[in-house]
Amino acid sequence: MEKFVKLSDTGIPLSIENIDTDQIIPARFLKATDKKGFGDNVFRDWRFHKDGSVNEEFILNNKKYEGAILVAGNNFGCGSSREHAAWALAGYGFRVIISSFFADIFKENALNNGILPIQINAKVLELLLQKIKNNPTTKLTIDLEEQELITPLGNIEFEINPYKKLCLLNGYDDIDFLVSKKKEIEAFEASL
Amino acid sequence: MMAKTLFDKVWDAHVVDRIENGPQILYIDKHLIHEVTSPQAFNELKERGIPVAHPEKIIATADHNTPTKDQHLPVKDILSRNQLKQLGENCKEHNITLYNLGHKYNGIVHVIAPELGITQPGLTMVCGDSHTSTHGAFGAIAFGIGTSQVAQVFASQCLLIQKPKSLRVHVNGKLKKGVLPKDVILYIISKLGTNSGTGYFCEYAGNVFEEMSMEGRMTVCNMSIEMGARGGMIAPDETTFEYIKGKEFAPKGIGLEEKITYWKTLKTDEEANFDKEFFLDAEDIAPMLTYGTNPGMGIKINETIPVENNDSFEQSLAYMNFQKGKKLINTPVNFVFIGSCTNSRIEDFRVAANYIKGKQKASNVNAWLVPGSQQVVKQIKEEGLQTIFEEAGFELRQPGCSACLAMNEDKIPEGEYCVSTSNRNFEGRQGQGARTILASPLVAAVTAIEGKIVDITKQLN
Repeated sequence: MEKFVKLSDTGIPLSIENIDTDQIIPARFLKATDKKGFGDNVFRDWRFHKDGSVNEEFILNNKKYEGAILVAGNNFGCGSSREHAAWALAGYGFRVIISSFFADIFKENALNNGILPIQINAKVLELLLQKIKNNPTTKLTIDLEEQELITPLGNIEFEINPYKKLCLLNGYDDIDFLVSKKKEIEAFEASL
Repeated sequence: MMAKTLFDKVWDAHVVDRIENGPQILYIDKHLIHEVTSPQAFNELKERGIPVAHPEKIIATADHNTPTKDQHLPVKDILSRNQLKQLGENCKEHNITLYNLGHKYNGIVHVIAPELGITQPGLTMVCGDSHTSTHGAFGAIAFGIGTSQVAQVFASQCLLIQKPKSLRVHVNGKLKKGVLPKDVILYIISKLGTNSGTGYFCEYAGNVFEEMSMEGRMTVCNMSIEMGARGGMIAPDETTFEYIKGKEFAPKGIGLEEKITYWKTLKTDEEANFDKEFFLDAEDIAPMLTYGTNPGMGIKINETIPVENNDSFEQSLAYMNFQKGKKLINTPVNFVFIGSCTNSRIEDFRVAANYIKGKQKASNVNAWLVPGSQQVVKQIKEEGLQTIFEEAGFELRQPGCSACLAMNEDKIPEGEYCVSTSNRNFEGRQGQGARTILASPLVAAVTAIEGKIVDITKQLN
C-alpha cells in the first residue's frame, strides 16, 4: 500500500449527499479480475451521457476544479461493499475524501487502499464546499501525523484510528499484520 | 456477570485478540465468496505467496454476473465468462467447494447458505457483499466486507475490525393485512434514514419479528445495510431451529440437540444496554413504495411524496420524474422484477402466485421472476406455481442476482419504471437511466397485473 504522510492540493467540491458506490463505479464495470483501469470509469454515469458524450455540467468535467482531494456531501460511499469504488477513486487520482459522514464498509475499503477519509462537522463541510466552489484555487493541506486539515477557514482536527494511522503512515496493511499473528490465531483455533 | 446483548455474546466468543486503541481480531467461521469480489483477493495472496488458511470454511457460488436464461450454454459476455472461469480455477486450485452454474445448489449466495444449513446461530460469517447481513436472521454475526478483507480472511481466517456500537429496533403490535416483511423493513428505513445505522450492528426485537418466518426475517436483516448498519440480527428461537433441522449441512441427531441447547442462550440479557434504541408500532405500517434514489425515501402506498427543499432531494425526484406532494398511485409501470437476495425465496413466489392465480398480467408489463436458487426453482415447479406464472404471462427465469444490480443482460431500459422486490433504488442500479421503485412481492405482483401502481389497501380491506 502507498504511504500517506502529508498532502497539499486543491479540492473538487461534489456537494451531493448519499453518494452510493453504484454512482462511484456502476456494476457493469465490475467484470474485471484485476484492480486496473477503474479510474477511467469513476462516476461514469455522471461524467458521461449515455451516448458517451461528456456531461459538461458535472463538476469533475469542470476544468476550473482539480486536485487529489474530493470534498463530498453527507453519507459518502453508502450501499454496496464493492472495493472497486475505492480502486476507482484512487485510480482517478484521489488521495483524500472529505465528508461529514462515511459509510462503514467504504471507509475500511478506502483506508485499505491508501485513501484517507476525513470526517468533519456538517456545518464546516457546507462552508468548505462553498469556499472551494467560489474559489477553485483554495489550497487544503492534510497532515496525517498531526491529524490536521489546514484550510483558509481554519485548522480542523480529525479523528483516525491509531492503528489505521500507523498503517497509512508506513504503508502497511492488515494482511501483513494478521499473518504476523499466526500463533495467536492457531491457539484460538485449538480452543474451539 | 455483565449483561450482554445477543451481538456481544456472539462477538465476544470470536475475539482472538484485542489491539490497544485499535481494531480487534475477529475469527470468522464461514466465508462465502462469489465471482465479482474474489478474483483480486486470490491475486493478492498469489502475489504474496500466502496460502488460503482454511479452504474448508469457504463456500463459493456464481451469482452476480450470470445469465438467467440458457445457463447450459457458454456465457455470451466475454468479461463475465472470464470472471466465472477465474472463480472456477481459483476454487479448484485452493480446494474450495463451488456451486457453479447448473449445480443443484447454485444460486444467490445469501439464498443458498441458509437453505443448505450452512448459516447457523452463533456463527461469524462474511462475504464480499453488503447483503451478507441477511444471515443475521439466524442470530449469526454476518456482514459484508471489501476485497482486501476477503484476502485477509483467506490468509488468516480472521478480520481486523473495530467492534461496532449496538442498536435495537423494536416493532410490536399487529401487522395489517397485506403488510409483508419487506414493508416492515422499508418502513423502518424510511423512519430512521439511510445512515442511522452506520457504525452500528442492529438487533430487531418485538413480537412482529418473533412471529415472522425465517424467510421473512431474512428479508428484514438483508436490508439492514440500507440504513447503514453493518448487520442485523434476530435472536434464534423454535422457528429458527425448525428451519435448520434436516438441512443438508445442518448438524444432525445429538449434535443438533447440543447445538440447540447453546443456541437457546443466544438472546439479549434483560439488563443489557444498547447505544441506541427505537420503538415502532406495527399498526402504523402499510404496504410501502420508494419514490426516490435511496432506500430511505419510502412512503406508504397511498401517501404523497414529502415536500423537501434541498438539492439532493430535488436531483433524486428529477431522476425519478416524480413531483413533491404527489402520490405514486396510477403511475404506469412497464417492468416488474421479483427476485434478489431480499425477496427470491419460495414464500415470496407463493405470495405472488396466490394473487396472480387466474389473472393475466397487463399487456404493457414485462414481468420477470428470478428465483434465488436452483432449490427454489425446484420448489416452484413442485408446488405448481410455474403453471400459474406462465398462464398469467410472467416469465420465470433461472437463478441469479439478475436485475437487482443489472451486471448481466437483465437491465431495465432508460427512463422506465420498475417495481422491484430488490434492495436498492440507486440511480442506474437496474440499468443506465432505469427508475426503481422498491416494494414487496405482493405489491410487485399487483402492479404487474394492473400495469400501474394501485392502492392495494383498498382491495385488501
